[in-house]
Amino acid sequence: MKFVTNALNWINRMNLSLFVVVFLTGIVLVTAALAIAWLISPRSYNSQKGEAYECGIPTHGTSWMQFKAGYYLFAILFLMFDVETVLLFPWAVIVRDLGVAGLGEILFFLVILVLGLAYAWKKGALEWK
Amino acid sequence: MFDFSIVTQWIDALLRGCMPEWGALLIEFVLIGVVLLLLYTLIALALIYGERKICAFFQCRLGPNRVGPYGIFQSVADMIKILIKELITIRKSDRFLYNLAPYLVILASMLTFGCMPFGRGLQVLDFNIGVFFIMAVSSIGVLGILLAGWSSNNKFTLIGAMRSGAQMVSYELSIGLSMLTVVVFAGTMQTSQLILLQNRGWFLFTGHIPMWIAFIIYLIAGTAETNRGPFDLPEAESELTAGYHTEYSGIHFGFYYLAEYLNMFIVAGIASLLFLGGWMPLHIGGWTAFNTVMDYIPSVIWFFGKTAVMMFIIMWFKWTFPRLRIDQLLHLEWKYLVPIGFVNLLLMVVITVFGIHF
Repeated sequence: MKFVTNALNWINRMNLSLFVVVFLTGIVLVTAALAIAWLISPRSYNSQKGEAYECGIPTHGTSWMQFKAGYYLFAILFLMFDVETVLLFPWAVIVRDLGVAGLGEILFFLVILVLGLAYAWKKGALEWK
Repeated sequence: MFDFSIVTQWIDALLRGCMPEWGALLIEFVLIGVVLLLLYTLIALALIYGERKICAFFQCRLGPNRVGPYGIFQSVADMIKILIKELITIRKSDRFLYNLAPYLVILASMLTFGCMPFGRGLQVLDFNIGVFFIMAVSSIGVLGILLAGWSSNNKFTLIGAMRSGAQMVSYELSIGLSMLTVVVFAGTMQTSQLILLQNRGWFLFTGHIPMWIAFIIYLIAGTAETNRGPFDLPEAESELTAGYHTEYSGIHFGFYYLAEYLNMFIVAGIASLLFLGGWMPLHIGGWTAFNTVMDYIPSVIWFFGKTAVMMFIIMWFKWTFPRLRIDQLLHLEWKYLVPIGFVNLLLMVVITVFGIHF
């Protein structure tokens, strides 16, 4: 009970009540639609229905296996730039007041970042092989 | 210009007058939820019908024309049809993640949908970190798609999900950079403030050349983010059957369909919010008479009109450009859009710091 009141107080303090409402609306949408579908949809049982989709032949092995590393390379690159975005947003709000000093500091930051991208480019991480 | 907050405040006062505060708040929250739900589904249904008609006209066909006049009830019929379909889960799938994935996809689009400024005083979520919040919650959608593809235990879905993950994650960078450009120019992240700042003229017109570059980058990246148009590799139907949602049937599939169309609406809505003034009418500095005439058009019509134009452009892309290959797709993002985005951001900073703008 204490936990619930604490959570409610926190939501109130952070002005998150509307966020919680929209969040619950999304969950209600999915749950309600699934419930309606479960109520009115037909059900039949057939062992063939449990098979994975293929062109009629049984699938060979599981698909939870080692996968092409190229996708992960881009995910790692993305991570670097996404953290950079988190740092840039607060700066972007006040850059007008910071003036030339803010521009110089961010230039230094961006140069280091772009060097990283240039290194990845040079190393061939951006090529799809 | 009619302010919708008058209506909401009137309802609030009426409810508070006849019941305790918590009761009034509860009823208001339920009202907000119901309105959002209805709007969400109605916009999706209207969009599906509109897309099918526009596709048909692009290809010199008639499109749906049997159910109701001009086929306007076609998408309603489709919705009923999809609800009465059996839900099939394949035997070897990961049940928990398989059922969780649609929740994540719908939640991401619903939370972003709540941030849309539908009209003056018609906005559910208006945080002071607005734009940043939109970016953060919309990226949850990638998780849903990756989970959907992985948990289905099917090779088609796995490849589709991996492609979609790489694509959406990459193009999110460009969206972030073009949003940053706007935030640098405006000096705020709050959506309502962003719109009020465009009173003097839309950012696209006051923001000089960098704003145009940011707008074009945003359009390309936004189209890729919704897995549409020339970037529909994740569900390239000739190679992957249906991509990441191959194993979903009935309404389970319907959620992905719904979220895809809503995401298109959201991308168009954010484009109109950031660059075309949201619900703000077309104002030109100094032309008082012109501005007053424009103010007579309701704000809701302005927002939905701009969004409709942007959505039409996104649909136009789909029927104009051939589909890209995965390496071309990633090259376009990492070798062209990201560097251009960075240079553009610096250009915008120089313009704002030295005050060389209208």
